[in-house]
Amino acid sequence: MSEILNMLDIVKCYFLDAEELVVLNKINLKINEGEFVSILGPSGSGKSTLMNIIGCLDVPTSGKYILANNDVEDLDEKELARIRNREIGFVFQSFQLLQRLTALENVELPMIYAGVSPENRHKRAAEILGRVGLTDKMNNYPNQLSGGQQQRVAIARSVVTEPTILLADEPTGALDQKTGQQIMQLFKELNDEGRTIIMITHDTNIARYSKRIVNILDGCLSEGAVS
Amino acid sequence: MLKESMKMAWSNIIHNKMRSFLTVLGVLIGVSSIIALITIVQGATGSITSQISSLGADKITIQAMGTRLKQGLNENDLVQLSQVNNVSGVSPTVSGKTSFVYDRNVKTGVSVEGKNEVYFKKESDILARGRGVNILDVNNKNSIAVIGSDLAKELFFGTEPVGQKILINGNTVTLVGVLKESSGSILASTNNTVIMPYTSAMKTLGVRNITSVDVYMSDANESESITNDLTTILNSAFNYRENTFSVLNMQNIIDVIGNITGMLTLLLAGIASISLLVGGIGIMNMMLVSVTERTTEIGLRKALGAEPAQIQLQFLIESIFISLFGGILGLILGIIIALSAAVIMDFTFTITAWTIILAVGFSAAVGTIFGLAPARKASRLNPIDALRHV
Ligand SMILES: Nc1ncnc2c1ncn2[C@@H]1O[C@H](COP(=O)(O)OP(=O)(O)OP(=O)(O)O)[C@@H](O)[C@H]1O
Ligand SMILES: [Mg+2]
Repeated sequence: MSEILNMLDIVKCYFLDAEELVVLNKINLKINEGEFVSILGPSGSGKSTLMNIIGCLDVPTSGKYILANNDVEDLDEKELARIRNREIGFVFQSFQLLQRLTALENVELPMIYAGVSPENRHKRAAEILGRVGLTDKMNNYPNQLSGGQQQRVAIARSVVTEPTILLADEPTGALDQKTGQQIMQLFKELNDEGRTIIMITHDTNIARYSKRIVNILDGCLSEGAVS
Repeated sequence: MLKESMKMAWSNIIHNKMRSFLTVLGVLIGVSSIIALITIVQGATGSITSQISSLGADKITIQAMGTRLKQGLNENDLVQLSQVNNVSGVSPTVSGKTSFVYDRNVKTGVSVEGKNEVYFKKESDILARGRGVNILDVNNKNSIAVIGSDLAKELFFGTEPVGQKILINGNTVTLVGVLKESSGSILASTNNTVIMPYTSAMKTLGVRNITSVDVYMSDANESESITNDLTTILNSAFNYRENTFSVLNMQNIIDVIGNITGMLTLLLAGIASISLLVGGIGIMNMMLVSVTERTTEIGLRKALGAEPAQIQLQFLIESIFISLFGGILGLILGIIIALSAAVIMDFTFTITAWTIILAVGFSAAVGTIFGLAPARKASRLNPIDALRHV
């Protein structure tokens, strides 16, 4: 299996007034293509911070980060945008759907920036929404959807461009157990198709769906046991 | 991508109808006031210029008060003036008011003008009927006259004035022609005037000197050199005394008016531009609010792969749309205002392509200039800060 990302001594600090807050402390993490990794840790341990760095939304204070054979430090804004568009699919903790767009239009969004033609965008978005079981809700606006349905739209949006890595921050955080299990089932399917998945959670039951668990505590990583 | 950006910009404009409308209004007021002011000033200038031209753009008027020893011009001076290069003829004007008797009707305060044959040759379509003054009339001081149209109507209602004999200041004068109704400005109206050979007029009115002469140019472009030559002759005629004469060139007056109204146009357009500037600031304000409101959206778009240039384009298009919309509506409103003004103030309405280009170009420029800073601000947002912004 080929390596998809490699983090070497990643440090992230925030400076509040004169005080220095180390959120990520020399993180080393290597993930191969096709893995399904859970990053497990308590609130405030630095999970989201790590995910933002993995997803090229944020930059580390120090350390080296290689993503899909690119040293992220060397990339400019435009190239970063391209990487986020092609290599990474985000599922945010708070869905992050645009309220003014329908489910279908929300799913189309990343394809606009990938330069897909309108007809193909429509077709692809409808297909993917069918796959997450929302064919009859395609033209609903986010506020006309339940939390689980919104989460599924967010997942559909994250995989519609067929990114190398699916990055999900607490994908089941806002959902009941049953819906959470459905979402996990979907992730499993996507992983079986060969997609690399990195999922952030503080719930051990959810982490159990993945093949590898990495624990994070006070900004330090340790490999965990797979149940 | 451009089409997508336009669609997104449009949907955002529609989504904030009231705000967009108010911002459009700002630009609309600016553009319409510029268009209306420029068009009105240009129309008024055109009508003033054409009125002055109707007084004779190919004519230089000399007023010669003269000195105490030599009051006015004599025949010899007239000959010299008529020999200047590019001068096709001179016509002295002798004028006065006197009484007028026809068939027991007495009319006082009638204005009598003395002219020569050159005047009737140059102002060719001045006659309605009969003939004008000819050279023999001038040389022989013939007692003839041409009558203005209103005067003719008033005194000879129903009868033909040509051939009738009237008394002007006690002298019997035969009417030989009737003037056309003059439609031009009141300044140039001859409707209530009687025109005689200037030699006879001098006798009738008791005028001894010629103090006013019209000089007709064969080439109006040479007005400057002609004016100089005339001045030289007049200087020597009046012994180089100051304030003895004036040479009035219509072209000069038209030029001066052109300069004044040109400056007026610039001044008014400048004042109106201030309102366009305020409109531009309105756009900037709206766009800055829009960027702040949509910070999370910008962060999300960036996370999904939008390049900074694409974000910038989307916001820039939005502000250009707003201001172009204002510009086009302003153009229409400005034209309506100018048209109404044209009807009320009675001048011919004309709109130049230049004005339209100015309106559309100006508003597009305003949209670009004032939209640029907010658009850049949006494009430079850090995706993670933007996403966290709630
Ligand atoms: N912009 C920031 N400035 C200062 N401190 C920050 C900033 N962002 C995060 N932190 C701090 O970094 C630490 C880790 O935050 P992070 O969001 O990564 O936690 P998390 O593990 O995702 O927690 P949760 O499970 O609650 O989402 C927290 O203590 C937080 O206060
Ligand atoms: Mg978090």
